[in-house]
Amino acid sequence: MSMTFSTFTFYAFSAILIFAALRVITTRNPVHAALWLVLSFFSAAGIWLMLQAEFLAIALVLVYVGAVMVLFLFVVMMLDVNFEVLRQHFRSYLPIAAAVGALVLFEMALVIVDSAIGHTATAGAPPPAGGNTSALGKLLYVEYVYPFEIAAVVLLVAIVAAIALTQRDPRHRKHQDPSWQVKVRREDRLRILDMPSEKPPA
Amino acid sequence: MLGQLNYWAALPEIVILAAASLILLIDLFVPEDRKYVTYWLTQLTLLVATCVTLTTLRATTIHGYNGMVVDDMLADFLRISCFIAVSLMLFYSRSYMAARGLLRGDVLVLTLFSLLGMQVMITGSNFLTLYLGLELMSLSLYALVAAQRDHPRGAEASMKYFVLSALASGMLLYGLSMLYGTTGSLDLDTVARAVFGHHESPLLMTFGLVFVVSGLAFKLALVPYHMWVPDVFDGAPTSVTLLIATAPDIAAFAMTLRILSGAMQGAAFDWQGMLIVLCVLSMVLGNLIAIAQVNIKRMLAYSTIANMGYMALGFLTANRYGFSAALFYIIAYVLTSLASWGIVLLLSRQGFEADRLDDFKGLNARSPWWAFMMLLVMFSLAGLPPTLGFYAKFVVIEAAINDGFVWLAVIAVVMSLIGAFYYLRVVKLMYFDAPVDTAPITVRGDTAVTLSVNGLLLLILGVLPQQLIGLCAIVLTQSNFP
Repeated sequence: MSMTFSTFTFYAFSAILIFAALRVITTRNPVHAALWLVLSFFSAAGIWLMLQAEFLAIALVLVYVGAVMVLFLFVVMMLDVNFEVLRQHFRSYLPIAAAVGALVLFEMALVIVDSAIGHTATAGAPPPAGGNTSALGKLLYVEYVYPFEIAAVVLLVAIVAAIALTQRDPRHRKHQDPSWQVKVRREDRLRILDMPSEKPPA
Repeated sequence: MLGQLNYWAALPEIVILAAASLILLIDLFVPEDRKYVTYWLTQLTLLVATCVTLTTLRATTIHGYNGMVVDDMLADFLRISCFIAVSLMLFYSRSYMAARGLLRGDVLVLTLFSLLGMQVMITGSNFLTLYLGLELMSLSLYALVAAQRDHPRGAEASMKYFVLSALASGMLLYGLSMLYGTTGSLDLDTVARAVFGHHESPLLMTFGLVFVVSGLAFKLALVPYHMWVPDVFDGAPTSVTLLIATAPDIAAFAMTLRILSGAMQGAAFDWQGMLIVLCVLSMVLGNLIAIAQVNIKRMLAYSTIANMGYMALGFLTANRYGFSAALFYIIAYVLTSLASWGIVLLLSRQGFEADRLDDFKGLNARSPWWAFMMLLVMFSLAGLPPTLGFYAKFVVIEAAINDGFVWLAVIAVVMSLIGAFYYLRVVKLMYFDAPVDTAPITVRGDTAVTLSVNGLLLLILGVLPQQLIGLCAIVLTQSNFP
């Protein structure tokens, strides 16, 4: 098999992806883990781009890297969870975790072996004319426009419900009154104390 | 491409969505003490939507949005029923909501959104739309159950409803995915053709059907998926309970009919067996546990469970007569249920819920008219002539006997006899006991008129049920149900 440039790129991305994914679960610092996850997302996006699935690649970067992971980082930094405490019982769960892991591996092997016996590697369907993005757009906004709109309404209801459940009436709310703010005088903010000066330490 | 969209098929949905979005914005500019503006706008929306549905009424079936939506007679009939149910709910609960700070824009808008979800369920002709409609309806209802922010019981009920409902949705989706796996489509008509193509049901399809029936049974409040009903009915503000107990039943019925009959009629033998079990359990448990209740909201909750069992009795025959009997039953039940919760709302006032059976003691002495209305409701729920409830039970039992389920009919009759005990107990409390609560009953004019018409309809339709029974049969025939 000749080593074309695209094969080389694929292996490079894959190697980075696997290494980053391993680091996500082995690193001790949760912030580092999140950053490694960002790297693995980028590599996966690269592989998708090579498969000419440009929409998925961009969505992965924009949504997961741009929004979800950043949010996750904020949460990890703000919550200040003591991960050492969480990790204390790690060893006692090891046997059961290993058993579940082995089972999952076995199932995946079954699926892969099964499909490998049935049919030889099939080339993926060629990307539709005009690219994935336009094909997806046509599906979403023409064929599935009705469910798409309803899904949008579900999200709107989620917003309305969240506000309805958490909003308090004004007297229970911490709010700013601009007219009150502009009427502020110097004396409200600043207090000048008359203190005797001290000698600097020798 | 756009020509195939046929967007007229979903015109009432468009009206409700547009109006709900507008009211959401307009409400921001309505001062706190003038929330009746939002209230009447909501009522106007329901009126306009009803008129739009009536003007676009046709006898033919139209598919819209690439087969996502079906606009048939059944859809129009059930849509209008839902509009009326929600409108009456708003009429009955106006004072209750105002007294508890629930007459807010968000509550009214969420009510409209849950109505939109019901409409989507009623008109869905694709697993995807049916599921999205269900979620839209449920999501709005979870929030409404917790609408009284400072009441921990409401929040608890909402949490229970949310968690259990999410589990049921998961089961439904799991089942639908299996049906998709065996039939290769999400479109109900395509699925129906694929199911009829099989000589015997593949194992995976039967398996999927079990999950689908479980998910639907949860929404219909059939035993053993009924656990949420008493807690949610009891914990929610009564106005929200009224909403949950009426229109969503119609939508859940439509969804069940569309999935089980519209798509899975070829596998009727499989789901019939499951429904028989659910039906018997619901009738028995619902009626027996209701006897032990001292709280009227919980009693009516168990009564709902039992009534859904009777509805299933008509449904499980899987033929046209059974479906039309079940449709008639659900309409009759919703009409009765509206009046029953309406009277509970009527007796409650600022700081007083009227949710114990004892609160009904001596109602006749306090107000003979409302005692008479409650008498009609209880007679109708118990299935005594000459009320609507009698004919509702009569047609489902007749449908079951015609299809050879005599033993089921016997259980239904025995259980409705047992059920008559706790309904008649309310009548006894109202007429033969001395009043405990002597506060005067104050009723708004519009509430009094609508509730009285509702109560009298139970009597009038009980004497002259043929039109409504005939309408149910015609609607199903026109909509091509078997």
